[in-house]
Order: sequence, then C-alpha cells, then structure tokens
Amino acid sequence: MRRISLTVNGVKHDAMVEPRQLLVYFLREQLALTGTNVGCDTSTCGACTILVNGKSAKSCTLLAVQADGAEVTTIEGLASNGEMHPLQKAFHESHGLQCGYCTPGMIMASVDLIANNDAMSDEDIRMGLEGNLCRCTGYQNIVKSVQQAAGEMRSPAST
Amino acid sequence: MIPAEFDYDVAESGDHALQLLEQHGDEAKLLAGGHSLLPLMKLRLATPSMLIDIGRLNDMSYVRDDGDALAIGALTRHEDVEGSDVLEQHCAIVAHTAGEIGDLQVRHFGTIGGSLAHGDPASDLPTVMLALDAQMVLRSSSGERTVGANEFFTGLFETALGPTELLTEIRVPKLTGGWSYQKFHHRAQDWAIVGVAAVQSNGGASVALTNMGEVPLRASGVEQALTSGSDAATAAQEAAQNTSPPSDPFGSADYRRDLARVLTRRALQEAMGR
Repeated sequence: MRRISLTVNGVKHDAMVEPRQLLVYFLREQLALTGTNVGCDTSTCGACTILVNGKSAKSCTLLAVQADGAEVTTIEGLASNGEMHPLQKAFHESHGLQCGYCTPGMIMASVDLIANNDAMSDEDIRMGLEGNLCRCTGYQNIVKSVQQAAGEMRSPAST
Repeated sequence: MIPAEFDYDVAESGDHALQLLEQHGDEAKLLAGGHSLLPLMKLRLATPSMLIDIGRLNDMSYVRDDGDALAIGALTRHEDVEGSDVLEQHCAIVAHTAGEIGDLQVRHFGTIGGSLAHGDPASDLPTVMLALDAQMVLRSSSGERTVGANEFFTGLFETALGPTELLTEIRVPKLTGGWSYQKFHHRAQDWAIVGVAAVQSNGGASVALTNMGEVPLRASGVEQALTSGSDAATAAQEAAQNTSPPSDPFGSADYRRDLARVLTRRALQEAMGR
C-alpha cells in the first residue's frame, strides 16, 4: 500500500492505495464519486474522462499513485452553488445526450477543449472529441451543445 | 480490468531511475505516461513485478535545437511534441505525427520515449524515426550509447534497450526537403492499420512503413526505384516488397499490402509537393 495525497474537486484527500488501483476506481469506490463512468475500460471510449491538473485524462488508464499531488476535477466538481456549469446547461438545453452514459466524459473533455481553444468550428470540436465515443450516435447535438457552451463561456456577460 | 499486483517506486532523478533499474533488473518496467504500458498490464499481457515511475522527471521533457540536429527529451509528452515550434520549423513530420497519435487525452500523458521504447509496430512514431534515421540515446549506470532507429526496433514489442538502460533522448535531423506521414485508421483515435512515412532526400526519399511486419520497416524497394529515376506512382508499387503484414479484423495481409502501395504513392506525392 502507498500513501497518496491529492485534491479532488477542491477537497484534499489522503488515502492508502494499492499501486495497481486505477484512478477511476479510486474515485468511484473510495471517494464515492460515481459520476465518472467506466465504459470500455481500455482508454478508447472516453467515458472516464476527468481533468488532472487541468488536462483531460482517461482515468481508466492512470494509476491512483500517478495522481499523487495532483488537482483532479470530476463531473461532480463543475456545478457551483447549485448552478449548473455552462456545459451541463448546454447539454441539457441542446439535447446533447440520449442515454447519458458518455455525457460526463464528453463534458469533461469539452471543458479542456474550450479552455484551450479560441473560436472552434464544428469540425474542430469533432476532432477535439475524437477520444469520446457516443453509442447513441448523438454527435450532432453534442457538437451543438459544446458550441452553445463555448459561446456562453466566452461572452463577457456570463463572467 | 485490474493489473496484476506490482511494487511501485517514484524515481526522483534519472540517476535514481537507473539505480532502481539495477536493483530490480528484468522484473522492473519504467512507467512514463503509462498509456502504452498500462493497457497491456490491465489485459495481463504484461506483468512486471515492479514499476519505476519516471513520469515526474520534468527535466527530461524538452525539444532543443542542437545546431545540426534537434534533441527531444524522452519524457516529452505527445502534446508538447505536437506543439513544439522548433520541431514545426525544422522537422515538422515529428510534430505532425505526434498529433496523429490516439486522442487528446492520450496525447496529454503519452510520451515520445515511452512510445518508442514500447516497440509496437502499429505505432506511428517508430516509423517516422526510421525514415528520419533518428538516433536514440540510451543511458545506463555504466555510461551512454547511441543506437540508430534502424537497429533500435528488434522485434514485436522488443527494442535494443537493455534491462538496466533508460532511453533519455531522441535526436532527429533538420529537414530541408518535403515529408509526409499517411495514416490509415478505422476510428480517428485508432492505431494505424497501415502507415507510411516519406522524407525527401537528395535525388530520392526515405520511406518507412507502420504495421507491415513485427517492426517498422524501410521500404527499400521504393527507395531504390526512386533513386533509379522512377516516378512516385511507379516506385510506390514496390512498397509491399519484403513485408509480412498481420491479418486481423481491421484488414487482411493482402489488404494491407495494397494499402501500403496506395499510401506510399500518396506519401511520396505529398512529400515531393511540399
């Protein structure tokens, strides 16, 4: 067992973990943050996407020990004071989900995408989300949702 | 899927990593970004009893102009290779190809050294290194040696790295001519079904192939045809010579041979037009 110390959604956690414990299972089973889904478990589908030090990451392909000292953000960390994050709101309003399984990963990947890119075309968003699969084939509305949120997050009125 | 049990230690420096390697020998694996190694460990295709985490050695992440060559630190993440201005200016094929690997999430963590040391014939960077005649700098506690890409990849998931050696740096030439990397894949994030790297040189081109055998291969038949004056389309017909491509659900060996010829033609035409 190894001691790790990391910040998840602004809360500091100290924990003992087996070196082989994957970060996604640490979040889900030890911290009970079950918003992050495990889809393929082979770093393909992106359902387990979270932010590690602000960068999108597939938490099924990281060991918890690799996140020692890191700042982690999961889908649970986006809303503040009961207000949904602009991406959560946009996915809701633009119908960016059907079954919803891929949604936490889609949204976390999009947080990184919007933060690191200025005005994106639909094509840019599609390429930026190449690591996230939606099996309901809902990409059309996912792209629409990301565009809506990107517009809102960049407009001075919303800040 | 959970990997088999292993012990874990964090290397505080390159020297410390070498010490730990000496101590644990063949049973240990180095963990950089983990995006090639961990998937294998989860499938229990790799079961090292010790992981030495070198992912925090930030001084091994750099791209430097060394005059006649460019030096890339082995722990430079794909994202940083892709975004390197120095590479973009002098050896853009490396930056471009790093951007073709996996997806954004994978490129945030995967490293150039990890990808090369993994020795997967379906990955893109080994092929590019072969076409560029890149040099790998390997360090052990007894010193440093340099191995050319043509000798580095020795078999399926096997490289010239000894059990107590660390890949520290990759050296690539400054290019003056055109280049191309053609990757044919199933989904955007996937490994290449076949890939072709072409780098223009005086009077011809260096051409290398991804996923056409157990290691990345030089398409020497194509290179010779070009040197003797064939045009790109004619030379590309030799692309599948002396290859042994795999058959899998994404394509039969025959399909891959055909793809190699088509992609080589496209790569040569793009390299020569650039």
